[in-house]
Amino acid sequence: MKLTLKIWRQKNASDKGAFVTYPIDGISTDMSFLEMMDVLNEELAIKGEDPVHFDHDCREGICGMCSLYINGHPHGPQQTTTCQLHMRSFSDGETITIEPWRAAAFPVVKDLVVDRGSFDRIIQAGGYVNVNTGGVPDANEIPIPKRVADEAFDSATCIGCGACVAACKNASAMLFTSAKISQLAMLPQGQVERMSRAEKMVAQMDDEGFGACTNTGACEAECPKGISLTNIARMNREYFSASVKSENV
Amino acid sequence: MSWVTKTLSSTIGRKLIMALTGLFLILFLTGHVAGNLQLLKSDGGEAFNIYAKFMTTNPAVKLLSYLTYISIIGHVIFSIWLSKTNRAARPVGYGVSTPPSTTISSRNMGILGTIILIFIVVHMQSFWYQMHWGDIPFVTYDGVEYKDLYSIVVFAFQNVWMVIGYVVAMAFLAFHLSHGFASAFQTLGLNHAKYSPAIALIGKIYCIVVPILFASMPVYIYFTQS
Amino acid sequence: MILDSKSPIGPLAEKWTKHKFNSKLVNPANKRKYEVIVVGTGLAGASAAASLAELGYKVKAFCFQDSPRRAHSIAAQGGINAAKNYQNDGDSVYRLFYDTIKGGDYRSRESNVYRLAEVSVNIIDQCVAQGVPFAREYGGLLANRSFGGAQVSRTFYARGQTGQQLLLGAYSALSRQVANGKVKLYPRTEMMDVVTIDGHARGIVTRNLITGKIETHAAHAVLLCTGGYGNVFFLSTNAMGSNVTAAWRAHKKGAYFANPCYTQIHPTCIPVSGDHQSKLTLMSESLRNDGRVWVPKTVELAQKLRKGEIKPRDIKDEDRDYYLERKYPSFGNLVPRDVASRNAKDVCDEGRGVNETGQAVFLDFRDAINRDSEDAIRARYGNLFDMYQQITGENPYQTPMKIYPAVHYTMGGLWVDYNLSTTVPGLYSLGEANFSDHGANRLGASALMQGLADGYFVVPYTIGDYLAQIGPAPVDTNHPEFAKAEKGVKDAIQKLLSINGTKTVDHFHKALGHIMWEYCGMARNAEGLTKAKGMIQELRKEFWRDVKVLGANEELNQTLEKASRVADFLELGELMVDDALNRSESCGGHFRLESQTPDGEALRDDENFAYAAAWEFMAENSPETLHKEPLVFENVKLTQRSYK
Ligand SMILES: Cc1cc2nc3c(=O)[nH]c(=O)nc-3n(C[C@H](O)[C@H](O)[C@H](O)COP(=O)(O)OP(=O)(O)OC[C@H]3O[C@@H](n4cnc5c(N)ncnc54)[C@H](O)[C@@H]3O)c2cc1C
Ligand code: HEM
Ligand code: SF4
Ligand code: FES
Repeated sequence: MKLTLKIWRQKNASDKGAFVTYPIDGISTDMSFLEMMDVLNEELAIKGEDPVHFDHDCREGICGMCSLYINGHPHGPQQTTTCQLHMRSFSDGETITIEPWRAAAFPVVKDLVVDRGSFDRIIQAGGYVNVNTGGVPDANEIPIPKRVADEAFDSATCIGCGACVAACKNASAMLFTSAKISQLAMLPQGQVERMSRAEKMVAQMDDEGFGACTNTGACEAECPKGISLTNIARMNREYFSASVKSENV
Repeated sequence: MSWVTKTLSSTIGRKLIMALTGLFLILFLTGHVAGNLQLLKSDGGEAFNIYAKFMTTNPAVKLLSYLTYISIIGHVIFSIWLSKTNRAARPVGYGVSTPPSTTISSRNMGILGTIILIFIVVHMQSFWYQMHWGDIPFVTYDGVEYKDLYSIVVFAFQNVWMVIGYVVAMAFLAFHLSHGFASAFQTLGLNHAKYSPAIALIGKIYCIVVPILFASMPVYIYFTQS
Repeated sequence: MILDSKSPIGPLAEKWTKHKFNSKLVNPANKRKYEVIVVGTGLAGASAAASLAELGYKVKAFCFQDSPRRAHSIAAQGGINAAKNYQNDGDSVYRLFYDTIKGGDYRSRESNVYRLAEVSVNIIDQCVAQGVPFAREYGGLLANRSFGGAQVSRTFYARGQTGQQLLLGAYSALSRQVANGKVKLYPRTEMMDVVTIDGHARGIVTRNLITGKIETHAAHAVLLCTGGYGNVFFLSTNAMGSNVTAAWRAHKKGAYFANPCYTQIHPTCIPVSGDHQSKLTLMSESLRNDGRVWVPKTVELAQKLRKGEIKPRDIKDEDRDYYLERKYPSFGNLVPRDVASRNAKDVCDEGRGVNETGQAVFLDFRDAINRDSEDAIRARYGNLFDMYQQITGENPYQTPMKIYPAVHYTMGGLWVDYNLSTTVPGLYSLGEANFSDHGANRLGASALMQGLADGYFVVPYTIGDYLAQIGPAPVDTNHPEFAKAEKGVKDAIQKLLSINGTKTVDHFHKALGHIMWEYCGMARNAEGLTKAKGMIQELRKEFWRDVKVLGANEELNQTLEKASRVADFLELGELMVDDALNRSESCGGHFRLESQTPDGEALRDDENFAYAAAWEFMAENSPETLHKEPLVFENVKLTQRSYK
């Protein structure tokens, strides 16, 4: 395949940045999208040009490190991660525009690399159960109905990639935040801190500068792990009931 | 900050206000459209004028109307606040954005709302202001005096532009509600495998039926009363 | 030198309890005066950092990804073992211990393995308490499956994403300590060197991957939890960033490197499809519970398949060779990984491989689907099938999967004693980065167990003993050793940047990978290994002469990161070859063609090789010195592994 790539290049956080166009040839449909980027970078390196920087690690669709806004979609046209996207999803001669995630809370570091530290800080605000190592009950002393466990699991599969933020017109992190709040709200282990967790995580999410939710559903449509909007509804419930019931005046 | 202001100024709390005010406005619209159906009676406006008097004098209705004013103002103020936050959350936009799989309405609630707001201002100035403080002729039914709002309405809808304006505005309202109705329930956290499809369906019906009923009135008057 | 494992004496089942009692404790009030550096935030690192912080130590945690949650542990699919015996099928701590020793082909240390089996039960409790959503039965209790050849169901799992869920659990514990101010996180920071003062590890040198800033950090102890080095083969199931740098630099500072040649080649990976390939994808071993492995009986049929003249489903049962079932009637498709991999290689070498490259065998679900229905199979493996289809474009419900072995795990690593201390006091190594528990072959679902055992339940005890002895006097980075190490790192980077040659870093990495796979892969012999040694030395010279590393240090520079990692792989590769040459027996994943039974199984030489080979770095480009830790088996009898 022969393609034209329009890629956002930006030297560092303070650089203004611009699109640069690269023609590329000899791409096989079996390649993954990132392997196509590798080919481009090998070519650039040989020519002595700075390779295009992008985040990636596992290349298995699970670590959540890869990003890229491809032709107007986070992780490209398929509902999967960029590393699991294959070139057979594109056609010969196509122009592909590649941009970084765009959000105030995800500042660009270089080229297509952004800083998603805000997600870590949201988790740090309360995305855990307060238990120390040791001294916990036997695992089977906490029976959990399979249906509940499965539903909590669905929420727990979020890979923290940020595609939901990238897709949302408001750069809202509600899907990400609600997935964690939901997981722990459903499980018995999460009950003790259920209220404070919702309050703190939502407050942190707002502090990071993410937008609000207009319920457009773009996040759900683009989330590579199929995290559902029901999580956001649950988070809202959790948050309202925590606000009303908790002792934090 | 007290917990109330803290909650209501969070992004989720602000949406709570949007949803509650929006739903109240939907309730209001339901009553409003039901009442206005009196316009379609061919009784020279009697039923309508009696209804209009009831609406402006009954204390319970008065209370509701204040709530409606507050809702509109609250809805608008919070929508502006939210929109500002949302815009600030993405200072640099994308070069390419192919329309995602979301609806046009959901992506343009602010624009739709703004047009509705303009409509509301015009609408209030034409009728509500007239009814309260305008120079309105009186009619008498069964010995009781009524303001003849009906004649004002009929006069207004002789103007084809006015009619078109109303129809267009109602189209925008339809789009606003095509997303807003179900969205408000989602915001309130009412998302349930059993009930959400029903809510979505009612929303779809509502957003078509109510605006059409509203729009039918000026059209009807334009064609029947000229 | 004979290495002392510091294994406590006494009955196996009491060793750990006794050892814990005999270890010194740090006074609770003093704990906050101690600083501990944890490099790596995978299962081992995150669990250690969180647990140490909970105890009160001041912890700094480092990882090269943008978030600790992305460590490669996240990719583990299948499950984690624990001797809970929830299934009432005869499991016990001793049985898990025994299976692990046997699975490792009697090349691991009894005391460590027993402890691992012992604490395995606590891991499950801990993870459940954190909210890890393990699979459950309808009654609400935990579900298990049998995995990787075990004859009991002791594997706990979370769909095909066990590693993800466990890591997110450990990450949440870590995040909690970050919020408490007990852990300071350094993401996108690469450890470049260990600083030793008077023979003790006292800190590290790091590079901030965003700004390029070289920094030093001092501490009372340093924990390396930096994962495995499978990427020395270029193509592996490891993440792109997985590297040996931290372990290797520690090695050069005096930590011995043990059994580097023990590599696990996993039998069920998606085959290589072309030169462009950047990594290989594992298909969970659990697939072998229902899939049947086969190739055509004849080379002619295989050739027709490769040319696309016939389809797999056209081949009749009598023309299929279910070679694992044929050769190992009692274990069948569930033989250990090393055995399954080697057999796949053998049938492909015979010319019976099935994809265009001839390097693949079938894993067929036809019979399972006929037996249990497509829906049942979808419920069990849906996400794996989807992933397969996503990558290959083929539908595994309709046509058999194609699989081939790929490098997956490295049993070798930094030598550690019973306390998980390397040969440098104060320098610990946990998880895949150490060599400890899996011997010559790791059983499925054991690495997650080991990483979490080390981090949650072992190092928090053993490190206290060391810290109590050295005392809480502050260490700081003003010591000249820090400046020296920092300068060394800066010089090495400058050297890489100044070569400005003609070949890319990937070029060298791929070339090294080819050599390793060809000569130090699934089957090895003296001749090939000797040849490989020369080739690696040549390649290394060429690298330092002709590599092209663009850009500067003071920026995000992914080429520079890669170059510095590949430079270390080029040294490690040679040591792996040396180790493989030295070990002229076959054991587990290390198969020397010269040492096999008449029917082609690995033939151990317990007389001469029942030891862990720990290598000491002497000087750049000179041979390393071999130290032996004799492996003493007081509890299990060494036998020829048989899965017939
Ligand atoms: C695809 C796949 C599937 C697997 N499935 C299973 C399974 O089902 N069951 C099982 O038991 N095991 C499985 N394993 C093995 C198991 O996942 C790993 O052995 C284990 O997770 C390793 O954990 P770790 O904490 O030691 O290292 P990792 O999780 O690899 O973490 C390494 C950490 O070190 C950091 N790091 C590395 N180098 C540096 C440096 N120089 N500077 C700073 N930081 C550094 C990284 O950022 C990372 O945080 C699987 C492995 C793979 C690859
Ligand atoms: C009668 C008139 C109106 C009705 C019945 C109505 C109803 C609603 C409803 C039900 C919602 C959904 C709330 C939610 O998602 O939780 C909504 C959203 C919204 N409305 Fe209105 N509305 C009306 C007028 C207006 C006006 C005048 C504006 C003015 C600017 C406006 C702006 C918005 C905006 C911007 C949103 C989306 C907020 C967000 O989710 O980000 N609406 N409306
Ligand atoms: S919710 Fe989905 S899109 Fe958002 S971070 Fe999680 S996995 Fe990515
Ligand atoms: S690189 Fe890990 S999810 Fe894409």
